[in-house]
Amino acid sequence: MRRPSAGFRLAARLRIASAPYLFLSPFLLLFAVFGLVPLAFSVAMACMRWDPVEGFGSMRFVGAENFAFTLGDPWFWKSLYNTLWLSLAAGVPQHVVAIPLAYFLHRALARTRNAIVAAYFLPYITSTVAIAILASALFSTDYGLVNDAVRSLAALPGLGSLLPAEGVDWLGSSRAVKPTVAIVVFWRYVGFNTVLYLAALQAIPREIYEASEIDGAGAWMRFRFITLPLLRPTMLFGVTLSVIGGLQLFEEPFILTPDGRGGPSHAAMTTAMYMYRTAFEFNDFGSASAISWLLFAVVGILVFVAYRWLRPRGAEA
Amino acid sequence: MSIPLAPPRARGLPALSRAGAMLLVLVGAAIMLAPFYFMFVFATHARAEIFQLPPPLVFGRTLLDNIGILEAHIPFWRNLGWSLYVGVMSTALTLLVASIGGYAFAMYEFRFKNALFALVLGMMMLPSFLSMIPTFLIMDALGWIDQPRALYVPSAANAFGVFLMRQFIATSIPREIVEAARMDGCGEFRIYRSIVLPLLGPPLGVLGLIAFIASWNNFIGPLVVLRSSAMYTLPLALRSMQNPVNAEWGALMAGAAIATLPLMVAFALASRRLISGLTAGAIK
Repeated sequence: MRRPSAGFRLAARLRIASAPYLFLSPFLLLFAVFGLVPLAFSVAMACMRWDPVEGFGSMRFVGAENFAFTLGDPWFWKSLYNTLWLSLAAGVPQHVVAIPLAYFLHRALARTRNAIVAAYFLPYITSTVAIAILASALFSTDYGLVNDAVRSLAALPGLGSLLPAEGVDWLGSSRAVKPTVAIVVFWRYVGFNTVLYLAALQAIPREIYEASEIDGAGAWMRFRFITLPLLRPTMLFGVTLSVIGGLQLFEEPFILTPDGRGGPSHAAMTTAMYMYRTAFEFNDFGSASAISWLLFAVVGILVFVAYRWLRPRGAEA
Repeated sequence: MSIPLAPPRARGLPALSRAGAMLLVLVGAAIMLAPFYFMFVFATHARAEIFQLPPPLVFGRTLLDNIGILEAHIPFWRNLGWSLYVGVMSTALTLLVASIGGYAFAMYEFRFKNALFALVLGMMMLPSFLSMIPTFLIMDALGWIDQPRALYVPSAANAFGVFLMRQFIATSIPREIVEAARMDGCGEFRIYRSIVLPLLGPPLGVLGLIAFIASWNNFIGPLVVLRSSAMYTLPLALRSMQNPVNAEWGALMAGAAIATLPLMVAFALASRRLISGLTAGAIK
């Protein structure tokens, strides 16, 4: 057998050393141009003011002026209130439903489990526009299917007094539009969270349950003192995703309210929608960038709160 | 993640409460699916029929009329074509860039590897609204406004895709294969192209579906970079038809159904692998 020459081996080693950089270069190039540069640009813009019609030449540095303006803008605070309201109303029920649902699917179902998981998961992969168009029809005041259902239920004795006899103006009144958006968002994402929890439950070794059964723990005790604590890391992950997703809520309220401004008295105008308006309707890219970073700060604070609440408590406790 | 088929023993839940819980779960599943059923039923009815009391519960005959109304309001087939084109381009680019990038992270040792990988993971968690406005300005500067490439080129910078491919390659492709090929004098790119890539079928399939679905459903991207209705993708075109006062509901439902159908087909074919791919970030 012929031994490769020293030069050949050096060339081979050089090739191996440079290969990972070459292989990563397409991703890193795209990542830099469309991931990192926009971020840096956004930071810069938040401190600038200019007239987009005149181009970047008219750009000048204004320091924290955009932030000060946004913090003094009542519409910003209203949009933030709307966003937090929607995040809580859509997000909390997702987890409250998903955990017991996943527990039931895990403990009680076998052959039908995949079909049911798929049914709950399907809304997650569907186009928001299709969902919102459909929801606009279903929640229509006079002829929508939802109001039909409410009217039929209201006709039943007993239930009648609890439900409105008249059709609810789901998307056309400032009182109802927020809950309607929250219902649609809940419907869309509850299956995703169920799958997260189901996967976590399946990773819990069965022996733990068997040992506790021998010790005489009942079903509720096992759920409360074994399952829930073991789900904490998944809860932290799921809640973090809900916080990030909830605070950037844009598509559902944007499309459900045909004006794209959150419906009557902007009751469902989220901060992301207000940022979009500030940029593309008011042509104020500086303030819009400041809004996006202030919203990012709120995301950071809430993720930190979630971490403090659900962080892993192990050996030291 | 996998959803094992082996039935767990269902001890601990008494029969009665189990039946009640089962009923609740099934009602919930019906509530999840009912809107899709009505979307397809309404797509085959005229506007006047949809808003009758009671509303139609079975398929009607006006699907073609509804598509005709769509064609009258928007360049429907063009919009559908752009959605397909952007979806295919975005998927192809994402698969190329992510598979070779994930391979580099999984199989090589190099400087800054951990820092770069941490950066990739961090970007996955970053909210997308931060880059909405600068992306618009960058596309404007590149002259890409109203061009499909403004959508599919940035979508190939898919951090999640790189992460997914790295996980699969690191756990499923033995390093010995790569070493052996190298001993035989195989070049680095050829190792990837001829030996590793053919083994990546399953994750490429899942990532391809995820990339296509993301592109197909994308609304904010087109909203920011597309300007003329002839260039709109399907979601944006449907949105432009949405009129609060006199919406063509039958036609809109037909459009929504057509926008949903490919996703349901993909989901029916690969729901388990799609679900596990989409939640892959959660389970390390």
